Amino acid sequence: MENLIALLVAAPLLGAAVLLCGGRRLDKTGHWLGTALAGASFVVGLILFTDMLGKGAEDRALHQHLFSWIPVEGFQADIAFQLDQLSMTFVLLITGVGTLIHIYSIGYMEHDERRRRFFGYLNLFLAAMLILVIADNYLLLYVGWEGVGLASFLLIGFWQHKPTAATAAKKAFLVNRVGDMGLSIAIMLMFTTFGTFAFGPVLESADETSQGKLTAIGLMLLLAACGKSAQVPLQSWLGDAMEGPTPVSALIHAATMVTAGVYLIVRSGAIFNAAPDAQLVVVIVGAVTLIFGAIVGCAKDDIKKALAGSTMSQIGYMILAAGLGPIGYIFAIMHLVTHGFFKAGLFLGAGSVMHGMNDEVDMRKYGGLRKYMPVTFVTFGLGYLAIIGFPGLSGFFSKDKIIEAAFAKGGAEGWILGSVALLGAAITAFYMTRVMLMTFFGEKRWQPDAEGHEPHPHESPKSMTIPMIVLAFGSVFAGGFFAIGDRFVNWLEPVTGYDHGHSPLSAATVTGATVVALVIGVGIAWGMYGRKPVPVLAPRGSVLTRAARRDLLQDDFNHVVLVRGGEHLTRSLVYVDHSLVDGVVNGTAASVGGLSGRLRKLQNGYARTYAVSMFGGTAVVIAATLLMRAV
Amino acid sequence: MNPVNYLYLAALLFAIGASGVLIRRNAIVLFMCVELMLNACNLALVTFSRMHGNLDGQIVAFFTMVVAAAEVVVGLAIIVSLFRSRHSASVDDASLMKL
Amino acid sequence: MNALAAATTTSTGEAIQFWILGTVAVIGALATVLMKKSVHSALSLAGTMIILAVFYLANGAYFLGIVQIVVYTGAIMMLFLFVVMLVGVTAADSLKETLKGQRWLALGCALGFAVLLIAGIGNASLSTFNGLGAANTRHGGNVEGIANLIFTKYVFAFEITGALLITATVGAMVLTHRERTERAKTQREMSEERVRGKHLPPLPAPGVYARHNAVDIPGLLPDGTPSELTVMQTLRQRGQIRDVSQESLADLKALEQRSGERLGREDADAVARGADPASAAENSEAAK
Repeated sequence: MENLIALLVAAPLLGAAVLLCGGRRLDKTGHWLGTALAGASFVVGLILFTDMLGKGAEDRALHQHLFSWIPVEGFQADIAFQLDQLSMTFVLLITGVGTLIHIYSIGYMEHDERRRRFFGYLNLFLAAMLILVIADNYLLLYVGWEGVGLASFLLIGFWQHKPTAATAAKKAFLVNRVGDMGLSIAIMLMFTTFGTFAFGPVLESADETSQGKLTAIGLMLLLAACGKSAQVPLQSWLGDAMEGPTPVSALIHAATMVTAGVYLIVRSGAIFNAAPDAQLVVVIVGAVTLIFGAIVGCAKDDIKKALAGSTMSQIGYMILAAGLGPIGYIFAIMHLVTHGFFKAGLFLGAGSVMHGMNDEVDMRKYGGLRKYMPVTFVTFGLGYLAIIGFPGLSGFFSKDKIIEAAFAKGGAEGWILGSVALLGAAITAFYMTRVMLMTFFGEKRWQPDAEGHEPHPHESPKSMTIPMIVLAFGSVFAGGFFAIGDRFVNWLEPVTGYDHGHSPLSAATVTGATVVALVIGVGIAWGMYGRKPVPVLAPRGSVLTRAARRDLLQDDFNHVVLVRGGEHLTRSLVYVDHSLVDGVVNGTAASVGGLSGRLRKLQNGYARTYAVSMFGGTAVVIAATLLMRAV
Repeated sequence: MNPVNYLYLAALLFAIGASGVLIRRNAIVLFMCVELMLNACNLALVTFSRMHGNLDGQIVAFFTMVVAAAEVVVGLAIIVSLFRSRHSASVDDASLMKL
Repeated sequence: MNALAAATTTSTGEAIQFWILGTVAVIGALATVLMKKSVHSALSLAGTMIILAVFYLANGAYFLGIVQIVVYTGAIMMLFLFVVMLVGVTAADSLKETLKGQRWLALGCALGFAVLLIAGIGNASLSTFNGLGAANTRHGGNVEGIANLIFTKYVFAFEITGALLITATVGAMVLTHRERTERAKTQREMSEERVRGKHLPPLPAPGVYARHNAVDIPGLLPDGTPSELTVMQTLRQRGQIRDVSQESLADLKALEQRSGERLGREDADAVARGADPASAAENSEAAK
């Protein structure tokens, strides 16, 4: 059975290779091939999953050692896979949602000349992401980590003829580099600390290592997670990444890749458990991003950017949960999976809306679309209900558990985190209701575009609606399926461990509070966008709104602090280089040159001058000899 | 008179020859001054020979003469070829690293 | 020559000889350095060398004394003179120093060196002279003694010196040898060239009317114009041709004028020139 693991990666990798190297001959069939291989990977995942279910909880983990990658004395890097329950969860999510999005893309990218290439990139992404989650050591994980970064770069900039897309791709790549640096430093630290970077030895010996080193490794891992999962302070790329095609936003920048940071933290749980300081930073990052993303999501009129803010906020939830330690790991992953369903569904819905609206993204120019796109409306609506945590749907179970876990952290910390999570739930309800109301309710506000084409909203083709329907099913039922009978907890507990914690509030109280927060959020949104018509032009708004429209000034901050600071630093370094370093160098050169210029006059080429110096030297030698004899 | 005076005379002639080498530009005169210096040395050697009462000093002076003869032959040949290519016997004219 | 015996003083005769000849030797040396013409320098040096030869003899080095005269003054100095002739015997050097500070540095160094040498000699304990008497008589004479040493103790040095001399000779030949850049013409080619050329007979000789036979005066053609062909190529290229074609006419004119003056025929002369005293005056100026 282990031998099938490599097949998971091999299928999409083969697809990527064939599609990217195959050339135009595959233009007509390429998308089917890519979809088929993604589906094949999913089937393999299912086979492995059923096999895994048949085993006892403790011996479900599978290993496959493919080959020795860098066999050097004292440095052993293997291409080896480990498929345990955690990886399995991800494999199913990635291949499942991935396959659906492949199918969706067939319709969505139908008119794109470069569809084959798009599918090649998608397959490449799948392969890299699978390597990331089934790697059995940090170095191989890093390979996948960089692979998804590359795929993300290629896909964000897929419409590279648009300067915004090209810039966004570059921005995403650059910001991700900062995080990647963190991961590489973490791996180096691991190697120096543990002498290896395989998961098993590292995580087992984490307890016996000094706190300081673990904190350092933990913080570096967190930096990596921040970069990949768009957490404060490395969050700025996600909003711009929406320049990519919508399926990409759904798959990479909502469901899978951006959750890699969560995976990394949960996977490295043993390290974080032993380093409470690092854990504290993790929850702070999670809490801050949760609110940050939510506020940004409230102000955006671009439907995809609003959803991107939401993604940031939801991943903030996951990071927060992951930072709580064994209390939260499982719920982080659970929210990750349910979020994968409903956020992918929401993005696909948004893509469907854009597909019908001539690629218009401004929600103020939508309105009343429920009549025109009923399937999209229903699936999007279910996703909406799931994300705001409507009781009974996926998001309700997973988010409720995270809020509970936050309170269960105990002490003032628990209260603060719990309140922040509750506040986040309210804001989530607000902005998602806003998106929903502005898009599907109210009067139609669309206008002819610059060339006079009136949009004709229409339902999308089957290839697009079917994945949306499937994802909507997931959005509705996944949470309940996982939560009832603690199925998910039992499933993951052998890998991540589980701790109930001691919540100062009963589960029912927390659930009640969550529902109240939800109602408040929806109510405010209804008051602002449901009862009165939405202006087509955005009102000026409060200071906070305006700031949030600019992503809470993240780019300005980056520009002022990093870019300007960097420029100033560079300039001063250049100045130092020119004045000091070059000064020393040039000064030395000039003084040597000047000295030579003076000494050169001694070497005038006249034999007689040389003869004088010879003769004088002889005289000096004789004088010295005589003096020595005299002394 | 003390025969040491021969040595003083040799020193004087040597110094005069040396200053001539340093002051004159004409290669031929320069050579003559070198010869003068060699002769001064020979005088000193002969005087030493007398001082020590053996003939080794004279032998060395003899060899000096032979070597001086060889040197003059080559040196004058050089001057001749230099004069041919430059039409000048001045050593200052040959101040560059090339002809 | 009993002074050659061990002694700290020499005979009075030798002392007088030393002081007189020593002075002359120093003057000769100074003249060598200071003379403008290299031929004078060479002669002064030859004089100094002869004096040194005398000093060698006085010091008991008979063989060396003779060799000094024969080899140095006879051969080497003559070689010098040959080269001086080759370079130009009339060429006088300017004694003006062109290198800044060279003269003072040179003089300073030489003076310092002399002082150091003299101080060194003065400091050395050289009071005892063993004299060469015993050494010279051991093998029956100075020459025999030197021969004995050369062919026994110094035989290797002697052989190597021979090699050095040979090398120097070859070196001098190589240095002064000029490579021919084109093939030498055979006699046949030269004669054919001559037949084909303009001048079948030998080129006309310089000099005309038996009044001038100097090589730098071209012969005159029948119409009185000088022919440069009659002068050797070297002089032609140097531009050292003296044109005497007008000289005889000028001489004739001057002779006429003098005879006219003497005979008081100024007027007649003036009439003959067109009664123009001004132009007559000019003519007489030109004639001068």
